Amino acid sequence: MAVPPEAAEQAAESHESAASAPKPHLKRDHVVIRFAGDSGDGMQLTGMQFTSESALAGNDIATLPDYPAEIRAPQGTLAGVSGFQLNFSSNEVFTPGDEPNVLVAMNPAALRTNVEDLQPNAVIIVDREAFNESNIKRAGYASNPLTDHSLDKFQVIEVDVSKLTSLAVHGLGLNNRAAFRCRNMFVLGMLSWLFQRPIDSTIVSLKNRFKKAPELIEANIRVLTAGYNYGETTEMFASSYEVPAARIAPGLYRNITGNSATALGFVAAAVKAGRPLFLGSYPITPASDILHDLSGYKNFPVYTFQAEDEIAGVCSAIGAAFGGAIAITTTSGPGMDLKAEAVGLAMKVELPIVITDVQRAGPSTGMPTKPEQADLLQSMYGRHGEAPVPIIAASTPADCFDCAYEAVRIAVKYMTPVILLTDGQLANGAEPWLLPDPEQLAPIKVEFATNPEGFLPYARDAETLSRPWAVPGTKGLEHRIGGLSGENLTGNVSHSPANNELMVRTRARKIAGIVREIPPTEVFGDAGGGDLVVLGWGSSFGPIREAVKHVRAKGKKVSHVHLRYLNPLPRDLGETLKRFKQVMVAEMNMGQLLKLIRAEYLIDAFGFNKIQGRPFKVSEMENRINRVLEG
Amino acid sequence: MATVLNRKDFVSDQEVRWCPGCGDYAILAAVQKTMPEFGIAPENTVFISGIGCSSRFPYYMNTYGFHTIHGRAPAIATGLKISRPDLDVWVVTGDGDGLSIGGNHLIHTLRRNVDIKILLFNNRIYGLTKGQYSPTSEVGKITKSTPAGSVDFPFNPITVALGTHGTFVARSIDIEQKHLGEMLKRAHAHRGTSFIEILQNCSIFNEGAFNDVTDKALKADHQLVLEHGKPLIFGKNRDMGIRMNGMRPEAVRLSATVTEKDLVVHDETNLSLAFMLGHFEPPLPTPVGVFYAVSQPTYDGAVNQQLADAKAKQGAGDLKELLSKGDTWTVN
Repeated sequence: MAVPPEAAEQAAESHESAASAPKPHLKRDHVVIRFAGDSGDGMQLTGMQFTSESALAGNDIATLPDYPAEIRAPQGTLAGVSGFQLNFSSNEVFTPGDEPNVLVAMNPAALRTNVEDLQPNAVIIVDREAFNESNIKRAGYASNPLTDHSLDKFQVIEVDVSKLTSLAVHGLGLNNRAAFRCRNMFVLGMLSWLFQRPIDSTIVSLKNRFKKAPELIEANIRVLTAGYNYGETTEMFASSYEVPAARIAPGLYRNITGNSATALGFVAAAVKAGRPLFLGSYPITPASDILHDLSGYKNFPVYTFQAEDEIAGVCSAIGAAFGGAIAITTTSGPGMDLKAEAVGLAMKVELPIVITDVQRAGPSTGMPTKPEQADLLQSMYGRHGEAPVPIIAASTPADCFDCAYEAVRIAVKYMTPVILLTDGQLANGAEPWLLPDPEQLAPIKVEFATNPEGFLPYARDAETLSRPWAVPGTKGLEHRIGGLSGENLTGNVSHSPANNELMVRTRARKIAGIVREIPPTEVFGDAGGGDLVVLGWGSSFGPIREAVKHVRAKGKKVSHVHLRYLNPLPRDLGETLKRFKQVMVAEMNMGQLLKLIRAEYLIDAFGFNKIQGRPFKVSEMENRINRVLEG
Repeated sequence: MATVLNRKDFVSDQEVRWCPGCGDYAILAAVQKTMPEFGIAPENTVFISGIGCSSRFPYYMNTYGFHTIHGRAPAIATGLKISRPDLDVWVVTGDGDGLSIGGNHLIHTLRRNVDIKILLFNNRIYGLTKGQYSPTSEVGKITKSTPAGSVDFPFNPITVALGTHGTFVARSIDIEQKHLGEMLKRAHAHRGTSFIEILQNCSIFNEGAFNDVTDKALKADHQLVLEHGKPLIFGKNRDMGIRMNGMRPEAVRLSATVTEKDLVVHDETNLSLAFMLGHFEPPLPTPVGVFYAVSQPTYDGAVNQQLADAKAKQGAGDLKELLSKGDTWTVN
């Protein structure tokens, strides 16, 4: 439910009322806020801090930053607008929300880039002083949108944020620039009051953030408090809103982004395996935060090697895996292209590494900060020769932890590279994460070969077909591995035709056998079948699940199946899908999982595709489902 | 008491398959003969190679070995050495593998000073792909891919390595077993990236490329053996030397008026001198030996030190504590 039209009416009514009387709280079950401003305006920080406040208030939340590819585009321009969206609710939420109920626009450019996404009657909070002639012109407006009635269908609240901020820091000796940079805290304070969020946690966080600049602690806290008090006393807000706590599973929570969860999943896996973690990586958007996070966990121990290029990133991981480390590399699409040959080597010599692809919108450089799911077929087939690799895809930010952990578990158990697919949406999006108990995590067993008697580097475990992990330093196990076709058991160079086929088929059987690890397919909805099943993978989980919930609430026989394991596919997937009259595969690409499903099961599935660097909206998913049902 | 190792401890059971007359045989022999002197057990030694004739090398060593992909051996070796500093890690590469497709990894490994030993076999030709010109082939080289003569200027492996400020840069020759053995020992004793360019004869596609420094009749007049602290003297009769003429080196004959005192004295720690010697081309003699050797912290050493420091400061990582870092809240 949206922040209602009453806001404006009551604002008008309250004009006459005494400011001293306590204002009423109005209850809402969920609110979507988008913070937008220049990329230097601190909107990401504001958003994240408001998210923390909301999480502490017990709401279920989902967030998504939307930042430009340019680090600091010229001030006031459309290209420089940075946004952060938060959906907080007293119910379970699956997405950052389709359309904001509240937009904070710090300048005209921020307004212009975001206004089209708003619901009618949405609340727009603007910094009035930022709507000056030059900013208005720079944003491409012919006239001032605050006065030309183009915003009449919205409730516009104009606040002199800049002026009130500089008044709040008066006397602290801050220069204009430093004072201006505190504006975001005024907005945060004001919204904290509007939605009845305590600001204590933000104060603690500001103290940590500016530890080295005490004058900024004081300034930011003053501005934050001034914003909060302004909300309380100003006549512009007739009431505040309350989004009561959600009913979520009990336990200890923290808010987590997909990239942070991925990093933690790898650390957890290495700790459970009792081996050091080694990351070889080259900086690339939107994957770099995994490198940043892991570089702070040295004492576990975690090695991070910022390589000279993407190829060296994966190759160094292969070297570390040869030496017995839990070895990983992280990248995005362009880096996947470059790593392909090395992944083929790891597959052939059978060394365990995990390649994380934080997918972004392609092709080529594409839209680096925007999400897409178009690297699935590349992950499946993007290597020369017969080079199958297991693929795991995370569906929510917190799920990245479990998937990273699982990727390592599979890699070392089957002595194979594993590709972990996440995307820019998951990487930067955040949600509350119920902290796992390390004791309860699935065991990851690493047993290096030690016995020289009858040792053969390519002898295989009868069940998994996995070869021994024999690391340098082990006496009597000296052996050579390499990319050339290798003889069965010894691995010695061999060009025997029959041996080559045997090895290709053996490795393929090993990967196919991983199906034994995959739990039965979960159907959200009607396990026995129905009119339609929406099949998805990756970050489209949220919009699919929420849309399916909505149509099911209206009595439609629609279900949702979401895949974590993309290679191999779950054993029962074909029969599960065949129980439904129609199968729709929803993905942010031109139909990649769709092709696999049709080829694998001869099902006449069809696709719902979006390639805009933006996730599906719940509403568009719901509309599409309804159209399909109508035939 | 340490076990005494001998040559056969380092010889694998695989049949060596280079062409008859290939310089690689001599290099393999020198390595297998020298390794026992290091006193490092075969299981603690790893040979990593890329692609090319030289890169078959690990198959013939009874150590741990990894024949990887074209040009990437230094990157794989770096990952191994960082996470397993206890191992003795060697890279075998060639002029195509190391300087063309893998040039990036080579220079970055050298600049970081990762403690690995790189042997670059330079035969100035692509052998495994059957005779195309390489990044060290001379201008005008007629090959299968350059019937009208190559028009690109070659790399000089020594000055490339010096350009990265590599901390150990040397040159030797495949059939000079004694000298090569000495260089291997020096390279092994060095902490940091050791780089040896080994001039290597390709008997099939570039026979005699280094004749002037390998032919018994010619070599004394064309080889300049570098020795730290000694004047630069060469020639059959040890009567030629290198003197500075202003800023330019010149070869001079020793006489009553030109004595050893006039000659340049080699200093392995002088990078400018190393560059100058690295640029020697006929008619100046070809220097062999250690151009440059200085002691600097190794990359893998520094990385492992940071890990040790973090552990000393923060204690061993605690997973439960890590997972619950930051703002947490409890839902009842």
